[in-house]
Amino acid sequence: MSALDQLREPALTKRGLSDVTVVPRRTPATWVRGGGLTTLLFLLPLLFVFGAFSWYPIVRTVIMSLQHTNLVQPATWVGFKNFEQVWHDPLFPIAVKNTAYFAGLALLFGYPVPLIAAVLMSEVRKRRGIYSALAYLPVVIPPVVAVLLWKVFYDASSAGAFNTVLGWVHLGPYPWLQSQQWAMPSLVLESTWANAGATVIIYLAALTSVQTELYEAASVDGAGIVRKVWHITLPQLRGVLLVTMILQIIGTAQVFLEPYLFTSGGPANATLTVLLLIFNYAFGNSLGGDYGAATALSLMLAGFLAVFSLVYLRATRSWSTR
Amino acid sequence: MTDGEGSTGLISTAEWHKRSVRWGIGGLQALLLFALVVGGLGPILWLAKGAITPTIDTITHPMGLFQHGTAWSNLKEAWSTVHVGRYFWNTVVIAFGSWASQLLVATTGGFALSVLQPRYAKVINALLLTTLFVPAVVLLVPLYIEIVHPPLIHHSLIDSYWAVWLPAGASAFNVVLVKRFFDNLPREIFEAARIDGAGPFRLFRSIVLPMSKPILGVVSIFAVLASWKDFLWPLLVLTNPNEQPLSVRLPSIQAQTSLGVFLAAMFIACLVPIAGFLIFQRSFLRGGGLGGALKG
Repeated sequence: MSALDQLREPALTKRGLSDVTVVPRRTPATWVRGGGLTTLLFLLPLLFVFGAFSWYPIVRTVIMSLQHTNLVQPATWVGFKNFEQVWHDPLFPIAVKNTAYFAGLALLFGYPVPLIAAVLMSEVRKRRGIYSALAYLPVVIPPVVAVLLWKVFYDASSAGAFNTVLGWVHLGPYPWLQSQQWAMPSLVLESTWANAGATVIIYLAALTSVQTELYEAASVDGAGIVRKVWHITLPQLRGVLLVTMILQIIGTAQVFLEPYLFTSGGPANATLTVLLLIFNYAFGNSLGGDYGAATALSLMLAGFLAVFSLVYLRATRSWSTR
Repeated sequence: MTDGEGSTGLISTAEWHKRSVRWGIGGLQALLLFALVVGGLGPILWLAKGAITPTIDTITHPMGLFQHGTAWSNLKEAWSTVHVGRYFWNTVVIAFGSWASQLLVATTGGFALSVLQPRYAKVINALLLTTLFVPAVVLLVPLYIEIVHPPLIHHSLIDSYWAVWLPAGASAFNVVLVKRFFDNLPREIFEAARIDGAGPFRLFRSIVLPMSKPILGVVSIFAVLASWKDFLWPLLVLTNPNEQPLSVRLPSIQAQTSLGVFLAAMFIACLVPIAGFLIFQRSFLRGGGLGGALKG
């Protein structure tokens, strides 16, 4: 490379003479000499992996949603037909309603519990590590194992694990996953169990940054514990609370594993979610997938979540930064 | 995180000395501990118990404790007859490859973007951040088709572990995490090394990597765990049962095995994540907060 540099040297000096004050222009040669090639070499794994498995597929999704593709014949452009087809699919409103129901229930069950637990845990004086370890333990269990284990617990016969325990206090037996009414709450219950620990850890970390002087000041003013939580702890956690809420909504809007493994969307489509519908469009039919409809619906979901997040951030902005 | 008598948290020392507070809060905390033991540990203990209990006992008396003795044979049968041993090995191989791919991409990419800083780094950073906001489901179908009909090589990657390893590397979260850590390393050391004649490769291998062990540990733990948990993607691209990981095989073997053996298989699938959690507890509990802070 140094030989090449020497060859290029006269050209550089010549230009340097004609325009002395200006920094030498960037040419491929100066780029290489400045280490540009080495930098690119370091970036190569990132560019290859993200280009091939992230950026290109994102663009491809948009293209495929406007095409009719079955992998055998060449793709044909169909405009917005795929979107229309999904929009008029009788399963579409059911999936949307079920997903919203799941997200809503998950918020109701799963949002306050980690917060209360974290506030209580942050005031534990001895062996707090045991609390957080126990809370986090379900998070490390592989989700497939968690779902299949809970499926055993949810056995609808009176000898099922949950029904046995409830039987001790003369409740049940409940049909759990087999009833249209109970199936979705059952899914939410398992999902909350599996995920709440991660949120607890986030809150515990956030609680350590609450300014303790304020507690002292409030105590001096005669505020009790409940008032301190309400007027100091919660306002200071505001930012974190708003973020965990939107992250939870975005996460639950994409629920797949629970309905897929627990119920396959049943009974009578009571747990058919948007992601399960996408999966069924693309991979549910052994004869070949309707990739156009699947990509169209996935884009509709992504678009909805993007708009929802923007509206949410805008609506809560004044409140979160005050 | 330190907490002693002198600390003033939400509940002041004076308040702790009040009997009503001590009993009220203490009672709530004891209740919470009970709930955590029953809720967090209970299901896993039940699974461990079920793994060594005869199937018939688990079915008739799920909450009983070894009425008719134990059945350690469940574990042995799951491991060899149901081939859980092989699926376990597959899971290890998949996790190892995914880990290597994620670490390679995150360290080299993070080094280039943070330390070498080419002019176009801004563009790449923006593209990486964009992918953080795209829901994973958007990628699912085109990625699958790309694996079935890869451009340029014209040979399906279905049933090849590369189909899992390579896409695993495309984790923008890892790159951002590692890049931020590199950003905070002292620049003076890089300058000193440059003056001493160290090139980018030397800088990367002898200075940046050794100084980054903490973050590489966190990324490694989460990479292995994420791979161990993954279900949908390996289900789609690994169609040969002999190559599938545990998470993909478990739902399929449920129908063919007795409950006791199935519970044993699930218990085996939990062992590595639980052992990892117990060993690297600090990283998990700190990293959980780290991830949340970054997402925020």
